Amino acid sequence: MQTPAPFEYERAASVEEAIALLTRHGPEARLIAGGHSLLPMMKLRLARPETLIDINGLADLDYIRVEGDQIAIGAMTRHATVLESAVLAEHYRIFAEAERVIADPIVRNRGTVGGSLCQADPSEDLSAVFAALRGQVVIRSVEGARTVDLGNFHRGPYETAVGDGEILVEVRVPIRTRTGSAYEKVERRAGDWSVAAAGAFVQFGDDGSIADVGIGITAVGAEHFTCAPAEDLLRGRPPTAEAIEEAAAICAASCHPSADQRGPVDYKRHLVGVLVARALNRSIARARGEAA
Amino acid sequence: MTATEIPPPDAALSPAGNPLGFGRMLRKEDARFLRGQGHYVDDLRLPGMLHGAILRSPYAHARIVSIDTSAAEAHPKVKAVITGAVLETLNLAWMPTLSGDVTAVLATDKVRYQGQEVAFVVAEDEYSARDALELIDVEYDPLPAVVDARHALDPDAPVIRDDLEGRTDNHIYDWEAGDAAACEEVFAKAEVVVAQDMIYPRVHPAPMETCGSVAHMDPVTGKLTVWTTTQAPHAHRTVYALVAGLPEHKIQIISPDIGGGFGNKVGIYPGYVLSIVGSIVTKAPVKWMEDRSENLMSTSFARDYHMHGEIAATKDGKILGLRVNVLADHGAFNGVAQPTKFPAGFFHIFTGSYDYPAAHCKVTAVYTNKALGGVAYACSFRITEAVYLVERMVDCLAFELKMDPAELRMKNLLRPEQFPYTTPTGWEYDSGNYPAALDEAKRIAGYDELRREQAERRAAAAEPGADPAAPLMGIGISFFTEGVGAGPRKHMDILGLGMADGCDLRVHPTGKAQLRLSVQTQGQGHETTFAQIVSHVLGIPPEDIEVIHGDTDNTPFGLGTYGSRSTPVSGAAAAVAAQRVKDKARIVAAAALECSPDDLEWEHGRWYVKGDPSKGQTMAEIAMASHGSLELPEGVEGHLDASVVYNPPNLTYPFGCYIAVVDVDPQTGQVKVRRFIAVDDCGPRINPMIVEGQVHGGLADGVGMALMEVIAFDSDGNNLGGSFMDYLLPTSMECPSWELGQTVTPSPHHPIGVKGVGESATVGSPAAVVNAVLDALQLRHADMPFTPAATWRAMQGRPLRPDLAIE
Ligand SMILES: Cc1cc2nc3c(=O)[nH]c(=O)nc-3n(C[C@H](O)[C@H](O)[C@H](O)COP(=O)(O)OP(=O)(O)OC[C@H]3O[C@@H](n4cnc5c(N)ncnc54)[C@H](O)[C@@H]3O)c2cc1C
Repeated sequence: MQTPAPFEYERAASVEEAIALLTRHGPEARLIAGGHSLLPMMKLRLARPETLIDINGLADLDYIRVEGDQIAIGAMTRHATVLESAVLAEHYRIFAEAERVIADPIVRNRGTVGGSLCQADPSEDLSAVFAALRGQVVIRSVEGARTVDLGNFHRGPYETAVGDGEILVEVRVPIRTRTGSAYEKVERRAGDWSVAAAGAFVQFGDDGSIADVGIGITAVGAEHFTCAPAEDLLRGRPPTAEAIEEAAAICAASCHPSADQRGPVDYKRHLVGVLVARALNRSIARARGEAA
Repeated sequence: MTATEIPPPDAALSPAGNPLGFGRMLRKEDARFLRGQGHYVDDLRLPGMLHGAILRSPYAHARIVSIDTSAAEAHPKVKAVITGAVLETLNLAWMPTLSGDVTAVLATDKVRYQGQEVAFVVAEDEYSARDALELIDVEYDPLPAVVDARHALDPDAPVIRDDLEGRTDNHIYDWEAGDAAACEEVFAKAEVVVAQDMIYPRVHPAPMETCGSVAHMDPVTGKLTVWTTTQAPHAHRTVYALVAGLPEHKIQIISPDIGGGFGNKVGIYPGYVLSIVGSIVTKAPVKWMEDRSENLMSTSFARDYHMHGEIAATKDGKILGLRVNVLADHGAFNGVAQPTKFPAGFFHIFTGSYDYPAAHCKVTAVYTNKALGGVAYACSFRITEAVYLVERMVDCLAFELKMDPAELRMKNLLRPEQFPYTTPTGWEYDSGNYPAALDEAKRIAGYDELRREQAERRAAAAEPGADPAAPLMGIGISFFTEGVGAGPRKHMDILGLGMADGCDLRVHPTGKAQLRLSVQTQGQGHETTFAQIVSHVLGIPPEDIEVIHGDTDNTPFGLGTYGSRSTPVSGAAAAVAAQRVKDKARIVAAAALECSPDDLEWEHGRWYVKGDPSKGQTMAEIAMASHGSLELPEGVEGHLDASVVYNPPNLTYPFGCYIAVVDVDPQTGQVKVRRFIAVDDCGPRINPMIVEGQVHGGLADGVGMALMEVIAFDSDGNNLGGSFMDYLLPTSMECPSWELGQTVTPSPHHPIGVKGVGESATVGSPAAVVNAVLDALQLRHADMPFTPAATWRAMQGRPLRPDLAIE
């Protein structure tokens, strides 16, 4: 058995208490949500928090609801809940499509939205989803709550805008009309992390051109899990095959994949092009009501 | 019974509804497994038990400059810290391997692969033991590592085994089989010769339960008891006696429930020995249980064969010869577990299922800075590599001849009248009807229809405006001949121990029986299958037959379960023992019925008087009589039991034909196995459900090896497959719903005609999947595993080396 180094354990009964415990125990304390990223790292002794602050009791952070023109997702919402959410399915098919290929049912039953984003693994799928949808996260500390755009959330691999004594409490995404979204992932095996994955939403304007578009890309070193130049290229243009190809090619050229046992750089780049194009095409078809 | 006819299924049912012999029944062991009540080594808790943990080398190749254990020893919960230097004083720093080499128990001079054992800590609990590992300070002087087997024999390659006197290179052995001159002649004249390089990469058996042991040297009685994850308890006992110089009668090996072995639990690992040393030093029981990464990085790997094959044929597809050169990567120590006279295992069965006169192989084995092993993962002593080689070469030939691979195979398969058939490399195949198996697989698959669909898809893909994402369809065939049931004593031994199996059958006074076996189930269902074998002969209900195994104090000697040998060898022993009991029962029944044994006739479970079926004795009555006061004829002892040592006259040769259908995404390289048809012939099926389970597991293995399983190393010798995030095993999501079929050709020399089946599917299936992928891509060859990246690169004409880090 793999065994972690010694640590202390605390259980928070409220967000306020979690923040208080974080403040009290200092930077060597870590929140534990689903534990599906943190515990494996602790067992390999790659992570050695002095104190674990368990936030699994914070049921009030487990929700998916419409608030005005946004959807709000609580940090403690499990992957499985996201996968099955009718609210999300109604607005963004990308969620269920991404969740279906995140890990396996056992991990999805425990792993959380907040934990996924805060882990900030460079291959994280929900980071790509929220990047595509241009979501925002709500972070709380003793000083109160602040909101950060997803584009500013990731500070590098395994690093986020969440500072010492802070907790991520919510993620928000804007609701958009006449929109389709999709997620495409290539993995070596069910439950494996992405070789590369891409998600998109496409929103049509009255004239049938692309009014707005978001592209999310993971596992290949795409800056902020997206590709702004490709989005800019598509915005305002009719959704032609050439435009899609061009945008996909920009994504492929501008990401920074590294070679590993999932694949060499040339393949990953090629894959980004294929997957971005597929995600955009399916988003377009869905926005038009042409595809399920 | 003579085995040339197919036995009728045993129709009658026992009181519990089980067949009185062969047939489907639920596994007796499943009641405890399904309830989570199995009892594994790690479940053992002995009073005062301590816990061991191993410090392992982070380097693939490094000189050990110094080891400072003082901080670890000062840990309040640590009871002992053992290093190679300590072991040297006990003459235990090195131990023999199963292949005539030595391996380090704890490294003294150098570490030779990443994950090698360097020190052992014994502490009050496993957490403290692991904490203390971090307190050991080892100073290493890193050396260049030999990673690519193809460079192991370079003149400037670092010498890995400088511990061996006079060693100046990394060469282990050269070994040949077959007739090189005959091949020369055939190849020189052949109309067609196809040559192909291929790698069967290093894979790992990865059993669910990792390896471990609890050792208890009782300071009062001087008896050593080791509860351990072993597929071969008796062989382990003898090896401990030889290695540690302990008296063999004072060693008891207990192998409780085992969570999968696949060959991984044949070898003796340093951890086992260290738990024994730990117990001797601390005078307390010591548990050692490795974690997943330790299992993947340091215990017996499988395959790692770099092969160059050449096949000769006529233009119209008659195969004339096959020859192969192998570069075998054995890792840092030659620790292959195989019969002594077979350094390359049974690889020279590579001529496969076909009829041709000339064959030759040469195997060169080398040391590299990798873990040791080589025969594991249900490979039947390297028949997996052999089948992969020949089935790939036949497909390469079909590719060059533009012939349908099924047609090419049919043209060359051995014909039923050729059995028993002696192969060009000296194996005597016992029985087979190969064309029938190929036909049956084609029938289930709807082969012609599949080829039509493929042709239509290919035509559609060539049309202008065709969907560039349309999947590429591939159909792959593999025909395999296995060779299992090692083996005849005069040819086969491991460490000098002949491969015959003992077996004791005892029928108690009330007619219930106990069968004691030397083989050790790791999930194969021995408790059920062996009870059915006895039931088949004696008619005693399987639920009334307790199968006892996994305890050397309570079972007869034998070499254990691997190489699919349990049913061919111990199954035969059980059948013979039951037959002896049946013969003795006849004498007892005759005494009870006051007639001559010759006047008795047998119906399942009962001897009765010829012509008067109402006068007879059931097995239960006979059992009671033989333990009672009934006067027995002169020279006949009481009780009802038999002891047998079965020395198999030959291996059994199960065979089969597999067809895989795959769809490849031409843009992403993802492979989906759409269908898999498996026709197996293992002779009569004792429990068809268990056979199907074995086949299902092996097919999943094959999909895994063909599509994702591999242990590669980077240029520093870092193991890139050291966790289940890196070493991918297939899940149900990658497996289609298996379509199984069978033909039944009994073995003429096995007492009940059965052949082994435990590894057939693992041996036969990788080639089917690979052949299907390459058929989809319309390529002659590329190496597995076909991960999306590897498939795409193969399509690009720039294939990846599977054994090295992707750059
Ligand atoms: C076998 C396996 C396969 C996986 N495959 C995938 C995959 O394919 N794709 C994918 O995207 N993910 C995958 N994952 C990761 C999985 O989604 C994790 O559940 C997720 O990354 C982390 O969520 P968690 O709730 O378990 O976080 P935890 O492990 O509990 O925490 C992760 C980190 O986030 C911090 N944290 C948690 N919650 C908060 C919060 N509210 N505020 C601030 N910090 C917080 C923790 O302190 C910790 O540093 C896989 C995991 C496993 C074990």
